[in-house]
Amino acid sequence: MTYTQISILAVLIAVTLDLFVIKTVLLKRAAFWTSYAIILPFQFLTNWWLTSRKIVMYDPEVITGIRFFSAPAEDVLFGFALILSVLSLWINLGKRASANRA
Amino acid sequence: MLAFTVAGSFWLEIALKVRVLRRIRRAMTAIAPVAFCFLIWDAYAIANKHWFFDKEQIIGVFGPLNIPLEEYLFFIIIPLAAIMTIEAVRAVKKDWIIGDEK
Repeated sequence: MTYTQISILAVLIAVTLDLFVIKTVLLKRAAFWTSYAIILPFQFLTNWWLTSRKIVMYDPEVITGIRFFSAPAEDVLFGFALILSVLSLWINLGKRASANRA
Repeated sequence: MLAFTVAGSFWLEIALKVRVLRRIRRAMTAIAPVAFCFLIWDAYAIANKHWFFDKEQIIGVFGPLNIPLEEYLFFIIIPLAAIMTIEAVRAVKKDWIIGDEK
């Protein structure tokens, strides 16, 4: 599979986990989108650093070639899937801890 | 780049008392399964040369599956920064529901 395909799949899995499996529904929470809006510019900054200085390079055959601030667009999907899935698990663990205290 | 992320987010631990490092077990429990999946992806991408690293610009220490040390650190530090971000949003916007409130 190409980077494009895997990154789309990763987002679909993360969204499915959040909405239907773990059911944290962070995608409907203002706090999640506010956090993401804070994280995304920093992701662009660090990705720009890593790609413009050619610390990390990509095979042009496995990406669409669309780039934001020198980094492949696929990196945005990669980052979104990573952040959503970690935060979903983090909040779910908090939910369970709260339930145990009650 | 990793040091920048640490500097950019870990001050939240003190300034906003997000207490993520004090809940490191919960954080690691949330991060471990996600990091595992992304490292498998990373290993696949490295093995198939989807992305590759400039040997001059990495430490040069490789962990299992031929993954550079920096990548292992990346999958711990980026999720930690994301958790600190959402906890900082919670600290500022106390009336926003995230789903794990007591």
